[in-house]
Amino acid sequence: MSWRRALAIASICCTTVFAVPALAESTVHIAWYSDGNEGEVLLDLLKRFQASNADIKVVVDQMPFKAISETLPVQVASGQGPDIARVTDLGGLARYALDLRPYLKDPAYWETNFGPFLEWMRVDGDTRSIPGFMTQLTVTGPFVNKTLFEQAGIAMPGPKATWDDWAKATKAVADKVGAPFPIAFDRSGHRVFGPVISQGGKVFDAKGEPAVTDDGFKAMAQKLYDWHKSGVMGKELWGSVSGATYRGANDEFKNGQVVLYMSGSWQIAQFDKTIGDAFDWVAVPNPCGPGGCSGMPGGAGLVAIKSTKEPKAVARVMEYLASEDVLREFYGRSLFVPGHLGLSAKGVDYPTASPLAKEALGVYSKGVTSVEPLAYRLQGYPHSRIMFNVVISRLGQAISGEIPLDQAYKRIDDDISQQIAERKK
Amino acid sequence: MSLRSALTLRRGGHRLHWTDVASYAYLALGVVLMFGPVLWLGLSSFKTQAALLEFPPSLLPTSQKQVSVPGFDTPLPLFSVTMDDGSTRVLAQVRRVGLQAQMVDPADPGKTIRVALDKRTPLRETAFAFSNYTEPLRQFDFLLYLKNSLFVTIVATLITLLINSMAAYALSIYQFPGRNVAMVGIISTLMIPITIILVPVYLVITWFGLVNSLWAVILPGAATPTGVFLLRQYMLTLPRDLIEAARMDKASEWQIYARIVLPLTLPALAVLAIFSVMWRWNEFLWPLAVLSKSQSYTLQIGLNAFQGELQTQWNYLLAMTVVTMLPITLVFVFLQRFIVAGIANTGVK
Amino acid sequence: MRQSDAARRTTRPDPWAAAVRLLDLPMRAVQRLIGERRMPYVFLLPNVVFFALFVFVPLGISFWFSFTGGSALFPSQRPYVGLQQYGYLFDCGSVLDPSSCREDHFWRGVHNTAFFVVVQVTLMVLFSLVTALVLNRPIRGRAFFRAVYFFPVLLSPVVVALIWKWILQRDGLLNAAITTLGGQKIIFFIDPSWAMFWAIFVSIWAHMGFYTLILLAGLQAIPGDLYEAAEMDGTRPLRALLRITLPLLWPNMIVVIVLALIRGVQTFDEVFVLTGGGPGTATLMIVQYIYETAFANQSQNFGLASAASIVLGVVLFVLTLAQLAFNRKRDAT
Repeated sequence: MSWRRALAIASICCTTVFAVPALAESTVHIAWYSDGNEGEVLLDLLKRFQASNADIKVVVDQMPFKAISETLPVQVASGQGPDIARVTDLGGLARYALDLRPYLKDPAYWETNFGPFLEWMRVDGDTRSIPGFMTQLTVTGPFVNKTLFEQAGIAMPGPKATWDDWAKATKAVADKVGAPFPIAFDRSGHRVFGPVISQGGKVFDAKGEPAVTDDGFKAMAQKLYDWHKSGVMGKELWGSVSGATYRGANDEFKNGQVVLYMSGSWQIAQFDKTIGDAFDWVAVPNPCGPGGCSGMPGGAGLVAIKSTKEPKAVARVMEYLASEDVLREFYGRSLFVPGHLGLSAKGVDYPTASPLAKEALGVYSKGVTSVEPLAYRLQGYPHSRIMFNVVISRLGQAISGEIPLDQAYKRIDDDISQQIAERKK
Repeated sequence: MSLRSALTLRRGGHRLHWTDVASYAYLALGVVLMFGPVLWLGLSSFKTQAALLEFPPSLLPTSQKQVSVPGFDTPLPLFSVTMDDGSTRVLAQVRRVGLQAQMVDPADPGKTIRVALDKRTPLRETAFAFSNYTEPLRQFDFLLYLKNSLFVTIVATLITLLINSMAAYALSIYQFPGRNVAMVGIISTLMIPITIILVPVYLVITWFGLVNSLWAVILPGAATPTGVFLLRQYMLTLPRDLIEAARMDKASEWQIYARIVLPLTLPALAVLAIFSVMWRWNEFLWPLAVLSKSQSYTLQIGLNAFQGELQTQWNYLLAMTVVTMLPITLVFVFLQRFIVAGIANTGVK
Repeated sequence: MRQSDAARRTTRPDPWAAAVRLLDLPMRAVQRLIGERRMPYVFLLPNVVFFALFVFVPLGISFWFSFTGGSALFPSQRPYVGLQQYGYLFDCGSVLDPSSCREDHFWRGVHNTAFFVVVQVTLMVLFSLVTALVLNRPIRGRAFFRAVYFFPVLLSPVVVALIWKWILQRDGLLNAAITTLGGQKIIFFIDPSWAMFWAIFVSIWAHMGFYTLILLAGLQAIPGDLYEAAEMDGTRPLRALLRITLPLLWPNMIVVIVLALIRGVQTFDEVFVLTGGGPGTATLMIVQYIYETAFANQSQNFGLASAASIVLGVVLFVLTLAQLAFNRKRDAT
């Protein structure tokens, strides 16, 4: 045994000894990722919490989203996770979530204000636990570059327009002003399902099992496929990467190259900051079809993790962060659509937002009401992520010309049933 | 033109032959191709988010000129405007309404002029957006991450050098039963990228309770097959009589290793040290898996924290890429002669 | 020996000498206990412990994982499914047609990796050789040029991919150059051939410097008299290159080929960050398939991913043995 190795082993022992907090205070770790300024806002809010709660030390571990989506599940499964985490795969992580109910002063507050979203965080059959709250409720929907429409001298389709109306109008605009993308969709399965439901897709069969590729789904998939052929959509977004890799068109939209951009409410803060005065952008209601005019709900939740050693401290931190005043400020400063029913009823004030952003936030807040119940059900389904990922992966292959569309449909059904079966083993 | 000079080092100055011209052309192209992209990254990292989206991209970072006009609280952006009569004027934009811009002459701010959008082009000036660097560095605990990265890099390299050289010593100086098995075992691990055994290694680390400790980053890669192989090949060339003589002098095996073999292996050790530093400094995927608490982040992890789910802030990403690249580049600039010569001399024997 | 004398004089600072002396006592005791002949095992021990803990034990766990199903993380909680995962991997109409396979992405990965490796290694050797030959000529600023080619080797794969992605994007530097010269913008990453081209180009860009140095070392070891003798015989340069340089450079070439081959098969982050495996699955590599099956698609299908790892491991092991056999044959002749 060499001296360096001995030293190394000695140091390992020391680090483990010192890792146990020496003070009689509890430390709470929050795993957090940011899309915009929400990390800074959170730190600000926590500073105030710390001022009056000296016995709890809250540490925010900011990490790339890649860590949240890929390695956090492994860490949490091994019992090595953080105490609280901001996650988007609520259903997938539900089995590792801590029920805060026994530690909360006022569980009724949580039920009234977060009721429908709590279901997303629970495992099958659980109707009681309170694992966390939504840091952000998102709704998918289209943004339109209004200035391009004005330049082309073409009228924007009205509120009840269909996807075909929009495809025709945006193509005409793009041809006239020389914009490369009449329509752009985020490369994400989640974005596809709003339109699919609007086209009459049922997503689940009578027994409640996933049955994705019905007529409604095929109608929308065929449209998307044809649009890529006819140049309404650019292959760059959907065709250029493989698997379920996410690719947004936010940069292209900000650059004035996209006429209609199907994305969601989370883009607002960023658009407001970077587009500035360059052109007018508006959010429009989701296009309609036989199944309604639905977007997909979604968002990121702050969830307490079961393996925590400090459930009481965790509950106190969560209680503070979920309180109405704190959340009002959090949503208001980060330009998020509130995931708190009380606040959405009262309306949140966005002091830093420009008139354009305020208007868009209004459209989305209203859009929440036209979200179909089926969309909520899909979002809350524990294996919805698998479905989203498979759909975008296979449609992407079809659009890049690698496999025909029928084969993609077959693969979608096979992949979903195989992967869910594997997970249930 | 002699054969020797065509295919090897030529001494003495001769007239330029076409092969010389071709060589220099090839090398010049190489410089552009090898350095150009990195330089472009460096320049781009000083551009504002808006400037990054421009096409065609400007070579130097630019931003729009602004001017303070009496009567307006914030500075106004300046444009060059083609007027109806064909003349051009420099005007400041107050606001844009639809396809019209309301502009004023900074010298005469009282009068508003309406201009169609396509008649104006922004006036630009070279400006470095240092905030791409200062903002994230202010937000994150840069010094802590740097300290962690240095700790990982240095300690891991020391451990690697020690245990790899011990193994190489055993495999090169001695004949013993099981030697070939050990050799094949070590070389076969050369083939296993950590990516494909990430989960099992994570489990091992969990059993040791090392998650979120820097040791979790240091230990798994400490024994490197490349290192053992490289050092062994070098040690095989050492003169045996030295070792035999030492044995005659009753030196212990440990002394032979530490006092005779190691000093002689210094060039190869230096090369391994360089590689180890490089690997450790650049490591991303594995630290991302085992380090989830910010107090133990390395630079590569900490500085990537602004990559969100839905948007990547390119201006910060590029700037932080430069920050992580800088230390290793500086080391290279100062030590390049040594590094390059070392690898050339010991890379293969 | 000049070098080593210098080394001995300068590199034995006191702490090192003290540590050697300190450790000499226990090591001597061990030596007395087990005898000099068994000492190599002691020297091997630390390295072997590390390999065992962090390579062989994980491989064993992987092996077990490949016979289990579900998404549980701890080996004891995973149900045994026998050869099912391997069955899924090899459930194919024909392995030459990925669409006929149940795990079509795995086979696309295999095909892409095979193509990538063959082309990349060939071109890598070619360019390294040309560069080494040029650098071996009497040129001014040789150290500088050598360093230039080596510089990208220092960069992490993620940084390398990012740099090129930034240049190759729709509104990137290269398209700006193309439009300035009057061409049309090319959207590189929607065309399978372009995507594969850039994947190969970038990986050569990043690693070429290392192989160039290995070859350069070989070139410099070739004695100049050989060329002088050849010149006396009136040999033309090209012939000298084929008859003298290349045969003498062969050992170094083998090292380059083997190392490039191994690294090529392991390619992941560089290509993944650059092309994302697209368009479609045109640049999806096998390691990316494994990584995504285990992590990225939220399916946490560790069983299938492990089965694919084991298959890859076996292939790589066979490659290693082939290389060892090849080396032995070379040493023998």
